[in-house]
Amino acid sequence: MAFSKKERSLHLLISFRTRRAIAPYLYQAPTIILLTVLMLYPIIVVVRYSLMDNVIMNKHPAFVGLQNYIAVLSDATFRASVGNTLYFTVMSVIFHLMVGLAFAMLLNAKVVKPLVRSVLRVLYIMPWVFTATIIAIIWRLLLNPSGVVNYILQSMGIIGENIEWFSSSAVAIHALTFVNIWAGYPFYMVSLLAGLQGIPNDLYEAAIIDGASESQKFWHITIPQLSPIIISIAMLDFIWTMQVFSLVWMTTGGGPIHATEVLGTYTYKLAFSTYQFSMASTSAVIILVLSMSVAFFYVRHQKARD
Amino acid sequence: MIRKRLLVLLLSLTLLSVALSSVGAQTTKAGDVTIEFIQWWAPELPAGSLRAIMDDFEAQNPGIKVKLISGPYSNTHDQIVTGAATGTLSDVVGLDGAWVNDLAKQGAITALDPLMAATNYDASQVAAIIKLNGKSYMFPVASFVYPVFINLDLFKAAGIAKLPTNRTEFLQDATKLTDKSKNQYGWVLPLSLQTPNGVQNDVMSWVWASGKSMLKDGKPDLTNPDVINTLKYIQSMYKKGLISPGSFAKQEQDKVEEFVNGRVGMMIDTLAHINMIRERNPKLNFAISALPAVDGYSGRRGLPYAAWGIGISESSQHKAEAWKLVSYLMSPEVNSKLVSIAHAFPGNVKAKPDFVATDPLFGKGFEIFQSGNLANEFVGLPVAEQLMRSFDEEIQLMLDGKQTAEKAAANAQAKWLKSF
Repeated sequence: MAFSKKERSLHLLISFRTRRAIAPYLYQAPTIILLTVLMLYPIIVVVRYSLMDNVIMNKHPAFVGLQNYIAVLSDATFRASVGNTLYFTVMSVIFHLMVGLAFAMLLNAKVVKPLVRSVLRVLYIMPWVFTATIIAIIWRLLLNPSGVVNYILQSMGIIGENIEWFSSSAVAIHALTFVNIWAGYPFYMVSLLAGLQGIPNDLYEAAIIDGASESQKFWHITIPQLSPIIISIAMLDFIWTMQVFSLVWMTTGGGPIHATEVLGTYTYKLAFSTYQFSMASTSAVIILVLSMSVAFFYVRHQKARD
Repeated sequence: MIRKRLLVLLLSLTLLSVALSSVGAQTTKAGDVTIEFIQWWAPELPAGSLRAIMDDFEAQNPGIKVKLISGPYSNTHDQIVTGAATGTLSDVVGLDGAWVNDLAKQGAITALDPLMAATNYDASQVAAIIKLNGKSYMFPVASFVYPVFINLDLFKAAGIAKLPTNRTEFLQDATKLTDKSKNQYGWVLPLSLQTPNGVQNDVMSWVWASGKSMLKDGKPDLTNPDVINTLKYIQSMYKKGLISPGSFAKQEQDKVEEFVNGRVGMMIDTLAHINMIRERNPKLNFAISALPAVDGYSGRRGLPYAAWGIGISESSQHKAEAWKLVSYLMSPEVNSKLVSIAHAFPGNVKAKPDFVATDPLFGKGFEIFQSGNLANEFVGLPVAEQLMRSFDEEIQLMLDGKQTAEKAAANAQAKWLKSF
């Protein structure tokens, strides 16, 4: 026999069936342990904090139930930040899709040679590669009242006098959304380009034979073929954009006067400026619930595809 | 097969032990104590200079090693809060006066009085100890004062001969300096909400410069006439278009950039930026002046300041060694050396930085420092940053034309009282 005495005894200790049953869990164990320690445990702790009356600052926190939730949900600033976050997220997702799809279709055109496509793909992906800090610095310089953008717009006669892009309560949220659209479209572009290249050509040829116009080909072939991808990345983008913090904090800090206050900056200020860690945990749990409800639909959609 | 498994097991154990041993490789010799010092100073000083001071300390105190943990200012604050919450805070802590109240309440920093008593420390040599409820928490190692910077070339071009000494002159000079067609303004006001210290340095400084106060018996008193008149004064400048546009999103570094580029004639800024301004624009001809007071005021002028403060963590296992480092940095010789390279004013009253004799601009700054008094009423207040931010929001609404100065002051007062 090839087995030694020691091996044989080990094999007899744990039956073959048991070993086969627990093997998958052993393979998954490292990931599960990591996720539990780094994600599950902190989430449970934060939920616990949200049910106490100020932790960390208070050495003996007392259980207060849902009092923090009522306080946060009735705060006018919270409601303003929910409104801003919703506007920011919805507009970002919509325009990410439109710009990403437009660039993807441009890159997928037959007249574009593969080498040119590769080079352009690298160039168009650059906004996504920058970190939030770099994006904030670049756009704060560009959109400075005495900056390049105002200079060009004034020279072209589009505006009469310099616009305070990030300082005016009327314009700030729109400027911020624009910057986010600029920073996030490459993700859509790359995914949709891959999707476009996977659409079989016969469909288009059949459509041409049937006398379809460009617009009909787009709406009846391209979009339906891409729709699984579009729904997936739209949901993911929705979840990610809802949790935005660094871009907003670096550019406007939630100002002027809550004009660009989003859920992320609201939570941060509660924790690190007013030292109300329980309220901040409450706000974080609310963000978690909102993200999870979108994630629920995402997972269900993915399962339906399989 | 067995041999292969044994080999793999041996290899994994070796790797694991190597990985784990490198984690605990802080203390070099048995008996050596390593203390950590978290601060934002090293990046703002010439490279290696703070480390050199630590090396001198280690040479004079065999058995103690100092590990520097450096990061940007805003990041340091968050690190201290979370470090205190998790019990992993460094032994010696770099502090800003605005953080002391909340960190003391959190139990993050320890009272220094027992350590002072144990070593018979002479507290009178310290310029200004930050206390809370009678207990000392922070020593200012270096102070950076905020005088007015004047662009002399723009002054000459506008035909202004004298530096402004009171509010009327400042307003007149700003009017002469402002020329929208050339994108040139008299004054710059950073009111962004991320780091709202514009409220402290650029707004409330006007109140303190005239010897007035925003507090009464330690409680907020924002509705007093001095504060309201200051708000109205700033509002008048804003309405006349004398302030560089974009105030609501402007931060301190944007203010300095505009001054360096010759787009504003006057700004209130820290002396610490003198060398940076000289580096960024060697051709810029600028001077330092005291902050103007209300017309007719002749008393001592309050000078806004920011300090590099130092304290000791409550959870530190090596408080005695940490105190040795603190008293070392506060000693006259070392303090002089440190503030000389930082271009700051000393925390030890017996120390004197060398640059005041050699550099005329710093010499003028030192003069202003000695003839006035350090005034920053936000030091030691609870949730100081949030107080500045809530006041900032009311000021923004006022400047936007949405409320009067009186209403702004009243709203801020109401918000502040909730935190006291």
